[in-house]
Amino acid sequence: MTDTIILAVETSCDETAVAVVKNGTEVLAEVVASQISTHQKFGGVVPEVASRKHLELINISIEEALEQANLTFSEITHFAVTYGPGLVGALLVGVATAKAMAFAAQKPLIGVHHIEGHVYANFLTHNDIEFPVVCLIVSGGHTTLVEITDYGKYQFLGQTRDDAAGEAFDKVARALGLGYPGGPKIEECAREGSNTAIKLPRSWLEDGSYDFSFSGLKSAVLNYLNKQEMKKEAININDVAASFQEAVIEVLSEKTLRAAKEAQVKTILLAGGVAANKALREDLSDRCSKLGIRLVYPPIKYCTDNAAMIGCAAHYKALRGEFAELNLNAVPNLKFGVS
Amino acid sequence: MIILSIDSATPVAGVAIVDNNKILAENFLNTGNTHSEKLLPLIKQTLEGVKLELKSIDGIAVSIGPGSFTGLRIGLATAKALSQVAGIKLVAIPTLDALAQNLAGIAQLICPILNARKGEVYTALYQSNSVELIRQSEYTALSPSALCDELRDLGKPVTFLGDGVFEYKEIIASLLGSQAHWASLHQLLPRAASLAVLGLKELEQGKGENIFTLKPFYLRKSEAEIKWEAGRCQR
Ligand SMILES: [Zn+2]
Repeated sequence: MTDTIILAVETSCDETAVAVVKNGTEVLAEVVASQISTHQKFGGVVPEVASRKHLELINISIEEALEQANLTFSEITHFAVTYGPGLVGALLVGVATAKAMAFAAQKPLIGVHHIEGHVYANFLTHNDIEFPVVCLIVSGGHTTLVEITDYGKYQFLGQTRDDAAGEAFDKVARALGLGYPGGPKIEECAREGSNTAIKLPRSWLEDGSYDFSFSGLKSAVLNYLNKQEMKKEAININDVAASFQEAVIEVLSEKTLRAAKEAQVKTILLAGGVAANKALREDLSDRCSKLGIRLVYPPIKYCTDNAAMIGCAAHYKALRGEFAELNLNAVPNLKFGVS
Repeated sequence: MIILSIDSATPVAGVAIVDNNKILAENFLNTGNTHSEKLLPLIKQTLEGVKLELKSIDGIAVSIGPGSFTGLRIGLATAKALSQVAGIKLVAIPTLDALAQNLAGIAQLICPILNARKGEVYTALYQSNSVELIRQSEYTALSPSALCDELRDLGKPVTFLGDGVFEYKEIIASLLGSQAHWASLHQLLPRAASLAVLGLKELEQGKGENIFTLKPFYLRKSEAEIKWEAGRCQR
């Protein structure tokens, strides 16, 4: 197979991202136009506002990416795009743009699952990962545990039944008045607090289940804050943040390790925006080293939403000949690993 | 000069190819809001139908709004990307102008009304002269009864068209009586050929949009912005 030079577009949430990736590992260009400042005044991502912003940013981001890579459209071998899951209006901008580019340039189109993209952030930056692996994908939109036996071959293990881990971070951050996005702010406060100061529940669900649930934990934090307020007692934000973060991490780490042991894999991958959380990385890393399991995670910039990971996932789809048609649609609740 | 026109502002998906005074092809799909799946295949099919490649097109005209927010974005994202990759000029035509163009030449006032939800229509008023349509009012969103109040004061016959007719014909007829007229079924909804006619004029005048700054003409702010601004005023 000759080289792949893939122009990838990712617009599933609040980042307008474009990258050019060569052969799945070489990032020739990457542009991420963040909308965080636009959404900050609303206290979270507003779908209609995000969709409008994507359309304003997408073409200039593509132009910048080509300039960075010093390439023209004719040198691009494939066009790739995230087609789900995500905000439908936001996804549609990327999908319509990528389809039209592929058609105009007469090159194949590749549709990529957003979570699969997060998984491939690991392959983008590590070329020595040996299958099988267990991968924990945690972000504002997803908390998913899968076993991966080969490129594109997934064994779905579990996912959240209510809030995603990152969503719980955002909601607790809002309740603490820390603002949006909540993840990094909780992490910062947690560093100054005690993670045993406040007793919070851990939701393990049924025996053997690899599903997650964070809404009970979130409610417990909100109840605690209400109670303290009623009693007119002071709230130590750092302690709340640390105790909450610890409760999330303990469940994530435990279940991931159990899955790895049961599947007898020697490698665990961490992916998604919450994989940028240092406390989670450290906790998993400690537990893994005790068991002789290798822990792999991407650098922080490839944990959050980006297009390079989409370009990497698309490379392996190109190798397998998995192309999309020009009627490709955005699928907001696209399933992953469930066949 | 050959133009490709693209319209997905309403539940209709339309694509036409016009070569100066000749409509080479026109495709019209009124099958609901599945533009994401249908628009690009329709463009491909229209080009193939006349054995033209994208690179032989001199300009693209896109229906810029007002209309369905999502529909407008699919149309504009598609048009911008085609323009960017193939290096083709892009012109943006107001959706109501293109719709009114369906009736260009008639003596009466022309009033396109597009379903804008929330009990309102997107509308503007047009009058034909011997060469072109002249818009008589601002683009606006208002209730059919408020529109009828304004039109009644003019005291002239008005012909309505657009998908708002399906929803509001009875109300308008009851308020305006014999002052109200209706476009025939084949002229009632947006036609890509009408869009192309207006687009060609723009191209001939040397006009073209900057695709890096071009946005849909939404007319309305998003709900979140409206609420946020309302909240700010109260404080
Ligand atoms: Zn993500």
